[in-house]
Amino acid sequence: MTDQAVVTADQAVVTGVGAVTPFGVGAQTLFDRWAQGEAAIEGGEGMCNDFDPAEHLSRKEIRRADRFAQLALVASEEAVRQAGWAESLPYDAERIGCVIGTGAGGLQSFESELDVLRDRGEHAVSPLSIPRIMPNAAAAVVAMRYGLKGECYGITSACASGTQAIGAGMRLLRLGVVDAVVVGGAEGRHTVFSRAAFKLMGATSQSGCARPFDRRRDGYVPGEGAGVLVLERRSSAEARGAEVLGEVVGYGACSDAYHLTSPEPGGRGATQAIRSALQDANVRGEDIAYVNAHGTGTPLNDRTETIALKAALGPASMEVPVSSIKSAIGHLQGAAGAVEAIATLIALRSGIAPPTLGLEEPDEGLDLNYVPLVQQALREPTAGARIGMSNSFGFGGHNAVVVMKAP
Amino acid sequence: MTQTQQTQDKLERLVFDTLESFGAEPEEITREAGLRELDVDSLDMVELGQIVEEEYGVRLTGADFKETRTVGEAIDVIAARVL
Repeated sequence: MTDQAVVTADQAVVTGVGAVTPFGVGAQTLFDRWAQGEAAIEGGEGMCNDFDPAEHLSRKEIRRADRFAQLALVASEEAVRQAGWAESLPYDAERIGCVIGTGAGGLQSFESELDVLRDRGEHAVSPLSIPRIMPNAAAAVVAMRYGLKGECYGITSACASGTQAIGAGMRLLRLGVVDAVVVGGAEGRHTVFSRAAFKLMGATSQSGCARPFDRRRDGYVPGEGAGVLVLERRSSAEARGAEVLGEVVGYGACSDAYHLTSPEPGGRGATQAIRSALQDANVRGEDIAYVNAHGTGTPLNDRTETIALKAALGPASMEVPVSSIKSAIGHLQGAAGAVEAIATLIALRSGIAPPTLGLEEPDEGLDLNYVPLVQQALREPTAGARIGMSNSFGFGGHNAVVVMKAP
Repeated sequence: MTQTQQTQDKLERLVFDTLESFGAEPEEITREAGLRELDVDSLDMVELGQIVEEEYGVRLTGADFKETRTVGEAIDVIAARVL
């Protein structure tokens, strides 16, 4: 890593993280349980079965928010508290933004209100339907809860949404239009409809097993959850005495412009996104201590991602630990990028690469170090702080990569 | 107690319970309480109308509550149609 990448005036630092995942509420819980090799997949899905919104939110918030937005609210509470914002905002509210991604938005509410429409008629549909369904609802309710009055919007790029929200927030900070920004991703429980539709696409695992990079892999295990990060400029975070958990040092995103659901063969788009993220961070492949793979467990993704990592990281790709949290909690879709960036950050802070579970027989040609079954130490950098990368690739050909650094 | 009084009491109970389910604090819900003070908005009032329809079979829309400021006024608007 070159010296000028270490400190620039407007670094986006992370001062708070929060997650609600199939492992429960809590970012550290997520990481610890995954690192220990636990999985939270039941019946072929990674759901937040123990999540009870009433333990965390007011009746009004619950009633007015679809599950995906409820998950975002609870994740944001953890992140905002950790950042030390619980009592009061540290900056002018008009200078604090909020960007939260989702794949489907309030699909649960949409389906239940469609039932109402069919069963009871037009007049019975809830007046809260649209505000619950709209994909920007998570960003809106989080901004309302804390009074964040800067730029606020939702991002939808399927499974890349969470990562693109982090990238968007980082850019708002770099542009200087906000002093801080709450970013993340959220996805609610699968519905009868989405389950059926994903199954017919052949995207989800028929066996119900998450086995990224394994010869027997047969698709991803759908999941739900939310991840939220608080980003601030380093100078202002340090000035107010906040603990800096890490930094978002680079971001790259692009489109395959190839197919609605299949990744571009040969991994051109994924390679482009990784390269541009590394370039943005001003780091080289050999500087990367850990890769949090998109690693869905679909036959195509894992092969394409492996090709892309080899192309973008060069020979260093053969040594760096690459692991997939989707093997432990499933694919959290619009939340995945945010939750995985949080896991990446904690991995960098702890020096641990958690394992890819279910990986017993690596597929032919998939020959990176995927950290099978048991955690490993990160590859230690020759100089400076640990740097890691989190990949997200979404239906629609959206590729997004974020590069993070431990403090 | 007359039948009208019983119906009136039942209606009041329905409105109070509905407002509580919307998020208002039960101890703050009185006939005199302002809807705005209870953090009840026009979207909630549309839903209150739907709940009343479900119970009494009369259709009330958001427009019926356009001038309504207090819980008591809302009950009166509904009572005028139901009783």
